[in-house]
Amino acid sequence: MTNSEKNRLKDKAFQVFGVFCTFIGLIVLAVFLFDIAIEGFSRIDWDFLTSLPSRRASRAGILTAWVGTLWILVLTAIIAFPLGVSAGIYLEEYSKKNRWTNFLEINISNLAGVPSIIYGLLGLEIFVRQMRLGGSLLAGALTLSLLILPIIIVTTREAIKAVPRSIRDGSFALGASKWQTVWNQVLPASFGGILTGIILSLSRAVGEAAPLIVIGALAYVPFTPDSPLDEFTVLPIQIFNWTSRPQAEFLTNAAGAIIVLLAITFLLNGIAVYLRNRQQRKVKW
Amino acid sequence: MNKKTTKLEAKELNAYYGDFHALKNINIAMEEKNVTAFIGPSGCGKSTFLRTFNRMNDYIDGFRTEGDILLDGRDIYAKDVRVDELRKEVGMVFQKPNPFPKSIFENVVYGLRIQGIKKKAVLEEAAEKSLRRSALWEEVKDKMDKSALALSGGQQQRLCIARALAISPSVLLMDEPASALDPLSTAKIEELIYELKNEYTIVIVTHNMQQAGRVSDHTAFFYMGELVEFSKTKTMFTSPQDNRTQNYITGRFG
Repeated sequence: MTNSEKNRLKDKAFQVFGVFCTFIGLIVLAVFLFDIAIEGFSRIDWDFLTSLPSRRASRAGILTAWVGTLWILVLTAIIAFPLGVSAGIYLEEYSKKNRWTNFLEINISNLAGVPSIIYGLLGLEIFVRQMRLGGSLLAGALTLSLLILPIIIVTTREAIKAVPRSIRDGSFALGASKWQTVWNQVLPASFGGILTGIILSLSRAVGEAAPLIVIGALAYVPFTPDSPLDEFTVLPIQIFNWTSRPQAEFLTNAAGAIIVLLAITFLLNGIAVYLRNRQQRKVKW
Repeated sequence: MNKKTTKLEAKELNAYYGDFHALKNINIAMEEKNVTAFIGPSGCGKSTFLRTFNRMNDYIDGFRTEGDILLDGRDIYAKDVRVDELRKEVGMVFQKPNPFPKSIFENVVYGLRIQGIKKKAVLEEAAEKSLRRSALWEEVKDKMDKSALALSGGQQQRLCIARALAISPSVLLMDEPASALDPLSTAKIEELIYELKNEYTIVIVTHNMQQAGRVSDHTAFFYMGELVEFSKTKTMFTSPQDNRTQNYITGRFG
């Protein structure tokens, strides 16, 4: 074999390997989805969505779980949105660059990497015990808010950073204060990006089971919550519970619940992608 | 003939970015309703100096000044001066047109809106007046609610001028206002400056020597943070006093 033939062979070999690497994740996911779909689609019907959990697999439904998930979604959004966006605005627009803000920034990045179960333990101590909220929706939402706060702060800062300096200068030069500039110029121009970050972080929060199990969210809740102080369960916990049962029928239930959970997260991600694309089309600097 | 009064003045002004001494002991007095051009090579401090007149440098970490900048005889770096009040008096136009991503109308009335003015009639009147003054009215009067970003570069810059005029300043600072524009748009901006000096005191930073010659009454030449020479534009271009000025305006460096 000549040298050039060898080189061409290596080139080809890497291409094949690269394709394999690219698709390996996708293929695993596709196989998983296919498996779940076969197992679970037949299980999803009106009764499944509107029934309370039950000891008998065929009568058990996910009403309390998906209602709990929606509650958690909305409450977490309400709590985390103002906190995270305000912190992001402060760090990007107001804080002076010094050692103190450097320290803050490094720690916020660190927080984003803390395992979710640690947040669960934190929530258990602060919200469940000290604030006596018990295993309530509010305690769960506060815990998940802490979990996604670093992500929201970081994406808010990225979105704000993308607004050019010249827009701020133009606003300041007309006598606007910092807050007026942020409110009238920076936020409208970066809102799409901020919203995208929030939705993506929420879709992560929706899939969390570990921290909620730690704070005492229950797998068996015979009622749908009426207020933020009620006990609750969510889809991931319900799924975890069902998959740990020995009976095969419960696995079918779990597959059905997984499809519903995936539908919710895919929907959220879809909205995020849509908003991001619309933002990119709308604003050209 | 009544003698023209001094509008803007700097007295023993020094400015620093951290350890860097950007402006060195500047003394200058600029007359009312006059166009003063700042010229000099890049990094000579002319833009920094321009930005001290509306305190746009305030946002830069580590920037500080010594000495006085006076507007109508008042020190604008004094403690009791409110920056937003100062900027109502001293408008600014930037190098690159920077319209807000809003409608043409909202761009022009932005300065009024942030002052809390809400009456539609007042805003509309101010918008028309400023757009007429910046010679843009005829081109945009039928599309006031269209995005300002759809305008051409030259139109955008005139919109930025209209936006600055809408809050009725008495001074207009222009930081290379035509450097990003084509020759035709540049000519329009220069014509406009000529018109506007009847009502406003104008300070313009430019890299373009011919432009300084065409639009300004007085010219100040800066070099390495120093004000080397300040005189009538005609005098400067025909018989510069300093060697460095001569070298610069004849194109030997810069």
